[in-house]
Amino acid sequence: MRLFQRLLIYVLLTLGAVTCLIPLLWMVSTGLKPEDQTMSMPPTWIPYRLYVEQNGVLTEIAKKDLDKYPKARIVRKIAPRWSNFAKAIEYMKYFPLYLKNTLILCFLTVIGTVSSSALAAYGFSRVKWRGRDKLFVMALATMMVPFPVVMVPLYCLFRWLGWIGTLKPLWVGSFFAGAFNVFLLRQFFMTIPKDLSEAARIDGCSEFRIFWQIVLPLCRPALMVVALFQFMFTWNDFLGPLIFLTKQQNYTLALGLQFYQSQHGGTEWHYLMAASTLVALPIIVLFFFTQKTFIEGISMTGIKG
Amino acid sequence: MTHGERRNLWIGLAFISPWIIGFLAFTLYPVCASVYYSFCDYDVLSKPVWIGTMNYQDMVSDTAFWKSLYNTLYYTVFSLPLCLVVALVVATLLNQPIRGRSMLRAIYFLPSLIPVVAVSMVWMWILNGNFGILNYCLHWIRIQGPQWLADEKWTKPSLILMAVWGCGNSIVIYLAALQDVPRSLYESAEIDGANVWSKFRHVTVPMISPVIYFNLIMGIIGSLQVFAQAYILLGGGGPNRSALLYTVYLYQNAFDYHQMGYACAMAWILFLIILFLTWVATRSTRRLIYYGGE
Repeated sequence: MRLFQRLLIYVLLTLGAVTCLIPLLWMVSTGLKPEDQTMSMPPTWIPYRLYVEQNGVLTEIAKKDLDKYPKARIVRKIAPRWSNFAKAIEYMKYFPLYLKNTLILCFLTVIGTVSSSALAAYGFSRVKWRGRDKLFVMALATMMVPFPVVMVPLYCLFRWLGWIGTLKPLWVGSFFAGAFNVFLLRQFFMTIPKDLSEAARIDGCSEFRIFWQIVLPLCRPALMVVALFQFMFTWNDFLGPLIFLTKQQNYTLALGLQFYQSQHGGTEWHYLMAASTLVALPIIVLFFFTQKTFIEGISMTGIKG
Repeated sequence: MTHGERRNLWIGLAFISPWIIGFLAFTLYPVCASVYYSFCDYDVLSKPVWIGTMNYQDMVSDTAFWKSLYNTLYYTVFSLPLCLVVALVVATLLNQPIRGRSMLRAIYFLPSLIPVVAVSMVWMWILNGNFGILNYCLHWIRIQGPQWLADEKWTKPSLILMAVWGCGNSIVIYLAALQDVPRSLYESAEIDGANVWSKFRHVTVPMISPVIYFNLIMGIIGSLQVFAQAYILLGGGGPNRSALLYTVYLYQNAFDYHQMGYACAMAWILFLIILFLTWVATRSTRRLIYYGGE
């Protein structure tokens, strides 16, 4: 490739990458500033503190008091306000509970989704029975139904069961195999040679044991993908908690963050950004540790879909 | 049915029983109930009262309904093609022999991972008319930035901007497809004297057309149902309801005004719109999609 072309590609890609990163860096940077630096124009990128030097001693001063020391030497030091995070947690009031609820939901939905979808996907791919493929087409068809269609009846159903205001509406459903995950796992299950199951069957192995001891261990990558996607979905979900949760003590992090913003929004941007960073950070960390699984999973949904 | 067949039937049903129960309780029953409620006056507290097609008739004369539909279609018409093109261009560039590809791919993917609530908070701050960095950047190139979220002309573009920023998902899907295109095709195109553009137009695009179609359909379904960003950034729809999206208005009807019947009727209209647009997209692209060996 010609040098010019190559250079152009790098420039374009770097520009795009910077565009992707700036909002996130801006979030972290704002989260580490004192209030007056959030509103400064031109914007402050790196939080700092100002000191005035008098007789060799540094004393911190606020920016608005700068004119009071016309002759003194002013020292500027990089100083992120880590305490903003503690303040944000304190102002969100139930932050530890939000975190606990979110983790409980993530745990339960991941367990529920992986186990139930694996079972269903096995039944749809590795056992031959009459009407199987017709039923599978029906399962696929349910993916077409948009959530708003079932939203109101589900709300009424959960209300009737007395579950509104508890976490149950947000995890019980995951134990009943969603079509998308069943589809994903079925695709994977079908790639495992039939002979393996046949050999085990001849040896008198029960179908459940074949599932548990032969097929599942071979499908670990696909199960990881399903678990990861479910974790992400539960962590990020906003509409579900918004509809089904009523008490503040039951909120998830996502809903708690929005609630905090609706109460204090528009003024304390540094605390809001610190709180947002706290909600986003675990996902970013998780992504960097499981990048390969992520990328494979996304590609899998696209190509085989 | 032989003994073995019957046995297999029971085993198969046992394995898929979680799905069957879920299907009955969380899909089939709600779908049927939703149809019924859409013909009822229902506020959750009292029993539903059958009112025939009144909900659907009310929709015709409900200006907020038409506004939300217009806003949602406007949003989809601009954000979807923009996302498809931007994602394809970025993926094509990433597919060139360059260094640091996996790092760049991770960076481009990152925005679509961040929880939507956090993303909305950040953009609320970026789009702030007085202290937001977007207006500061515009100021740099001598443009007076608008009050993005407070000016009814700019609320929808704000949401579209956010959508384009978060299209990393499609980039990864495109990139995976691009990596599967055989190199030999490009080599033969080069021998025939094809330049960069004609290689892209006559080799790349046809080869990955099923994936473009997949992203298109997913995009239609996704953008018509966008909720969280619009709800968080613009609450009740923003100035003059300029960014009242369909699902936000549906949510308001259901949970703020307690008009569950009307909300269900709206949901069914949404479903029909999605089906119709998916059908149109499928019809009009059918002859353009190339499925490898099939």
